[in-house]
Amino acid sequence: MIARKLIEAPDGRGRIFLAILAAAAVLVPCLNLALPPSSALHVPTSAVALWGKYLCYALLALSLDLVWGYCGILSLGHGAFFALGGYAMGMYLMRQIGTRGVYAHPILPDFMVFLNWNELPFFWWGFHWFAYAALMILAVPGALAFVFGWFAFRSRVTGVYLSIITQALTFALMLGFFRNNLGFGGNNGLTDFKDILGFNVQAQATRATLFALSAVALILGYLIAQAVVRSKAGKVLIAIRDAESRTRFIGYRVENYKTFVFTLSAAMAAVAGALYVPQVGIINPSEFAPANSIEYVIWVAVGGRGTLVGAALGAVLVNFAKTTFTTGFLAPYWLFALGALFVLVTIFLPRGILGLIPTTRASAAPNGAAAAGPAAQPAE
Amino acid sequence: MCGCYKRCAGLLAALALLVGSAFGASAQSLKPQALEPQTLEPQALDHQSFDAALEKFAADTYNDTDAAIAGVAASGNPLAVSIIEALQDGRLLFSAGDKKIYLREAAGGMREASTGKPIAGAEPADLSPVRVNNRIRRAIEAALGGLTLLSPDPARRLEAAKAVFKSRDANALPALETAINKEVEPRVKRALEEARAAIVAGKPDAKEADRVAAILLLRDRGDQEARGVLAGIPSGQPASLQKALADAITTIDNRLAAWSVVQNLWYGISLGSVLLLAAIGLAITFGVMGVINMAHGEMVMLGAYTTFLVQEVIRTSAPGLFEDSLAIAIPLAFLVAALVGMAIERGVIRFLYGRPLETLLATWGISLILQQAVRTSFGPTNREVGAPDFMSGAFEVGGLTITWNRLWIIVFAGIIFAGLLAALRYTELGLQMRAVTQNRRMASSMAINTGKIDALTFALGSGIAGLAGVALSQIDNVSPNLGQGYIIDSFLVVVFGGVGNLWGTLVGAMSLGVANKFLEPYAGAVLGKIVLLVIVILFIQKRPRGLFALKGRAVET
Repeated sequence: MIARKLIEAPDGRGRIFLAILAAAAVLVPCLNLALPPSSALHVPTSAVALWGKYLCYALLALSLDLVWGYCGILSLGHGAFFALGGYAMGMYLMRQIGTRGVYAHPILPDFMVFLNWNELPFFWWGFHWFAYAALMILAVPGALAFVFGWFAFRSRVTGVYLSIITQALTFALMLGFFRNNLGFGGNNGLTDFKDILGFNVQAQATRATLFALSAVALILGYLIAQAVVRSKAGKVLIAIRDAESRTRFIGYRVENYKTFVFTLSAAMAAVAGALYVPQVGIINPSEFAPANSIEYVIWVAVGGRGTLVGAALGAVLVNFAKTTFTTGFLAPYWLFALGALFVLVTIFLPRGILGLIPTTRASAAPNGAAAAGPAAQPAE
Repeated sequence: MCGCYKRCAGLLAALALLVGSAFGASAQSLKPQALEPQTLEPQALDHQSFDAALEKFAADTYNDTDAAIAGVAASGNPLAVSIIEALQDGRLLFSAGDKKIYLREAAGGMREASTGKPIAGAEPADLSPVRVNNRIRRAIEAALGGLTLLSPDPARRLEAAKAVFKSRDANALPALETAINKEVEPRVKRALEEARAAIVAGKPDAKEADRVAAILLLRDRGDQEARGVLAGIPSGQPASLQKALADAITTIDNRLAAWSVVQNLWYGISLGSVLLLAAIGLAITFGVMGVINMAHGEMVMLGAYTTFLVQEVIRTSAPGLFEDSLAIAIPLAFLVAALVGMAIERGVIRFLYGRPLETLLATWGISLILQQAVRTSFGPTNREVGAPDFMSGAFEVGGLTITWNRLWIIVFAGIIFAGLLAALRYTELGLQMRAVTQNRRMASSMAINTGKIDALTFALGSGIAGLAGVALSQIDNVSPNLGQGYIIDSFLVVVFGGVGNLWGTLVGAMSLGVANKFLEPYAGAVLGKIVLLVIVILFIQKRPRGLFALKGRAVET
């Protein structure tokens, strides 16, 4: 029943998106593993890792679009949830290193031995079980988002105030994680991973699998987000975005809807972070930097706010541009380009790239009209 | 509005009271009895002992050199200082052949050490410098301390007194007594007496009454160094002495604790004034226009770079004007930042009114562009901005060291705050700004050109950020990232204080600054900051519109 609903939900645009993702999830690993490097169709392993990273970013952007595009919550701290998910995965990977670390300590990660710690802090217990780590990947950021959202939304902190305190949240976490004695590797973060579930993280096959998993996670994330926004609750979310007070006066518990969508979004961002870490091989406190979180928002804005597909598209496009820019002679100009992107998109493309493409069903579908409408204008 | 004036006045009065009582506490300590001057052997001014001592340098063993230093210093010969200084600098030479000592002057000439006259003829071939080691260096310092106690220059005498206080060399005692008897300047005399007290208090063979008096004198000095001297006296002294010692240390500890509170308060106010400077422009633009200007920090940076450029031009074309460089930079920085701000408002922000979140993103983009533009043209590294004389140095108030640059920045922030308050209250533009803040549509109906007001407000807010940049260039690194460091703090100040209210910004800045500095000693700089962020986040839950919230309809827009 639920599965049928999930699959029926996507519109034309969504189906194309899902088809491309599904094809990529199957084809890219095959072309990478099965064909010899000399073949014209061979996908190099570096490209697999790079695009796997983009897919994680796309999932992150999707989660952000869920709260910003559909509920009007501009979170400038989504990087915090992404990084926390990444840290949970990193902790699992650290415990898998075992005696292969520089100090060859069977239990303690290298940085703890280096800091002369004698035993594992309690919050590291259990992270050698993947199942526990996987639970924590969802639970820790989810719980943080729930508590934070519960307090913030119940007090009716909205608009720019909310944006600023989410930014303060990620800033505080960044300062905290930079400290050595917090027990997460301080400045250097967690790195030098060896195995994930018994497979070497550097191996070609593992990378290809991680790519496929990222694509699958993105597909699932899209289906869940789609199901949420198409549901009755999704309509309330859009109502909150467009006229929060009015929705409250009609009788909806606005804070409950907001807390729910914020928590869900945080968990999705955390999954993106968890898949991101084994692919890039490091997680450090700079992932918490407020500037990063603001950059995530522009991905959504570029692709098209409130479209889900657009968010994922924007993340991939902006990051592809970033990689192209920062590796060539254009490197000094990347920040100009990014800055210009922020300015131009907000002024000239309030609906993002997807707003340029006329959709076949947009006007027919009731939600499509709301989603494609101009940015939220709070009604009096 | 009226209510919060009163509230703020009350707060300021409370602050003043706190500071005042702390000063009072330190002033009411007891006056010690005057120390009885110890008997002093008359110093022999004979040339024989001087020459005999001088000869020992030629032996060039450390023991002989040590003895020679003591002999030369005790001789009272006017050449003694220059000889020992030469030894310190490695300019005291001896000839192994004729066992004579020579002085090479810093400028290059050569003198005979015994007479001080320039040498006739060629210098001896077998000259080599008298060697020194750490023991000798200490002896040199102690001797110089004792000798310069009688220098005609009061600053040098003070310096020497402090050196003796540090070394606590009992050999300097006779010289100290002479100096105290001769001294006319109260400041130097005090320092000399303190130096004597530091020696006498720890001298087992001094009279007990003298030692107690010395301890009382040190107690009244009351700083960390005095406490160190007292704590360094070994236990097992006579009972009365032991008691005086313990009392003195407790008194000093209490005094130090009181001063550390005052010091934290001072640092907090200093940080608060910096936050105020950075946030006040933001408060205007946010308050009047509801616009979150993420490029505000970059306006601060532009102000700092304007200061740098002004100083650069002065350095190359008119070095005489350096003292006035800040005075020149202030209007220029205001203009530069205001013009850039106006350009941003006319070019970008006016298309985004009513969409605060989009404005936030667009201005963030502008901040990236400005940062990168500055990085491309001035390089990514810190640029040097010099401090004019009136900004450098420090003075002491009781146990508190106050640097001039911090003091001037507080004054500067106060002037800007008062000026802005007056401008908003008494000028036409201020009136119109307040009207637009309170009700944009009504103001527009009253024939106020809201677009023009927006542009001018934005220019004003940015210009003030530029002024903040001039001040920050004196205490922070002038780099493209300068603004980034302040943006989150300034937002917290504005959000904490409440929007559209300058008093709120003042109270917000000062309370965040002071709270930060009081948390720092207990939690460390980073943890203190985290705690503060969490407190502000929690506070916003409680009062989502800040400390001094606007009430009524204006809240919803």
